Amino acid sequence: MEALERYEPLIDDFDTFLSACERPLPSVVRVNTIKTDPDTARAALEADGIDVEPCAWHPGLYRLDTQPGANWPYYHGWLHGQEEVSVVPAAVLDPDPDDRVWDACAAPGSKTTQLSALMDDRGLLVATDNNLGRISALRSNAERLGVTNVAITREDARNHSLKPWELKQYDAALVDVPCSCEGTIRKNPDTLDEWSLEHVKGIAGSQKGILRRAVQTVREGGSVVYSTCTFAPEENEAVLDHVLAEEPCRLAEFELPLDYVPGVTEFEGKTFDESVRKAKRIYPHHNDTGGFFCAKLEVEG
Amino acid sequence: MTEQHDGQTFVRLPTDPAGRIYEDQPTREEVLSWWADRFAVPRDVLVDFSFWEKGRGKVWALHTDAESPVRVEGLGMSVLRTRGDHWKPTTNAAQRFGDRADENVLHLTRDQAAAFVAGEDQEIEWDGDWGYLIATHDIAGETEPLGVGLYLHGELRSQIPKGRRRNL
Repeated sequence: MEALERYEPLIDDFDTFLSACERPLPSVVRVNTIKTDPDTARAALEADGIDVEPCAWHPGLYRLDTQPGANWPYYHGWLHGQEEVSVVPAAVLDPDPDDRVWDACAAPGSKTTQLSALMDDRGLLVATDNNLGRISALRSNAERLGVTNVAITREDARNHSLKPWELKQYDAALVDVPCSCEGTIRKNPDTLDEWSLEHVKGIAGSQKGILRRAVQTVREGGSVVYSTCTFAPEENEAVLDHVLAEEPCRLAEFELPLDYVPGVTEFEGKTFDESVRKAKRIYPHHNDTGGFFCAKLEVEG
Repeated sequence: MTEQHDGQTFVRLPTDPAGRIYEDQPTREEVLSWWADRFAVPRDVLVDFSFWEKGRGKVWALHTDAESPVRVEGLGMSVLRTRGDHWKPTTNAAQRFGDRADENVLHLTRDQAAAFVAGEDQEIEWDGDWGYLIATHDIAGETEPLGVGLYLHGELRSQIPKGRRRNL
């Protein structure tokens, strides 16, 4: 937990934050609307003797009193085990059926399959990852959930190629980057054991490259959602600040029916563009979830 | 032309038999007809899909179209094996499209369904065709496909892949 002390200046009720970080997370499933609907899935869970507590802010998101994987609706691909707060970025991007969408860091596919469901499993969803083992997990999740509109590519997202896709730009992109994962401490209590500022700074370099590539591949007027499950401003507001300066895009306002605070414009002597306040920081004590960061960008050229 | 089937590249199935890149390559029409003939899945369920091979006889369905060939790791869903005399749908395809099937569908009780998804073979009476069937059961008031079974000599052999089996 020591690594989190550096965020005390950013967080008003720091003790509440720390004690939330020490509590384990409830198990949550997202109902897969490609195969069923929230009421039917809930009835099937309850018929299996599993208590269901709906998350009020998002339909078809249920907290369970047990592990998500050993029941009939899961077998049928009606459910996907997904941390509550990780449902945020795809819901914010909210693609339309028949859109062309890029999921830049897709595996193991929680958000990819959620995007596909939001697209009504139509249009083209290109899902990229650079690791074959993780791609295998992505494939099996996508197929179990009945996804048929996804093309999976193995690439470094920073050099993503539009060549297989007629060089046409996307309508939207999701950039849920690999990060230092500080916000997952409730799920993985040892996640901070290997924490170092060098790692944070190193990974921020590739986050900037991936977000820049996403802005380049999306058409004018299209949207890019950037998210991490970490608190470090180096991986959040600083990445946005960099890409705002380098690529034709601006931060967009968006609604989110959860508790959050705005992005920060100053940390450890560094200042960031004022517009990063449009990004949202979700701390574990806000909604009894993991920690998360989410921003929406509009592409301008 | 068979060098296009290096196991890495997806090639769209031909619409015309003259477009085959190897002798018994399935055509798009044959795939649509097979689902209609074997399982009575209406053609309109699959007509919006493009069909692809990655490696001989491994057919994938994509719910849009793309330029062929395309070198990617996955393209839609793996739906069908066409090698050999008897084409075999995948578990995932049976689950995705099997709710529209009306023939060669074997309805199981809850106990039979549990044995089936655990990967067990079981003796069941069935007076329909032998071969690959879609097994279903009832859940939450709906009839839902479980996957593919091979029916032979009075026995339903579960074809659920090891990674998908569950003890429920």
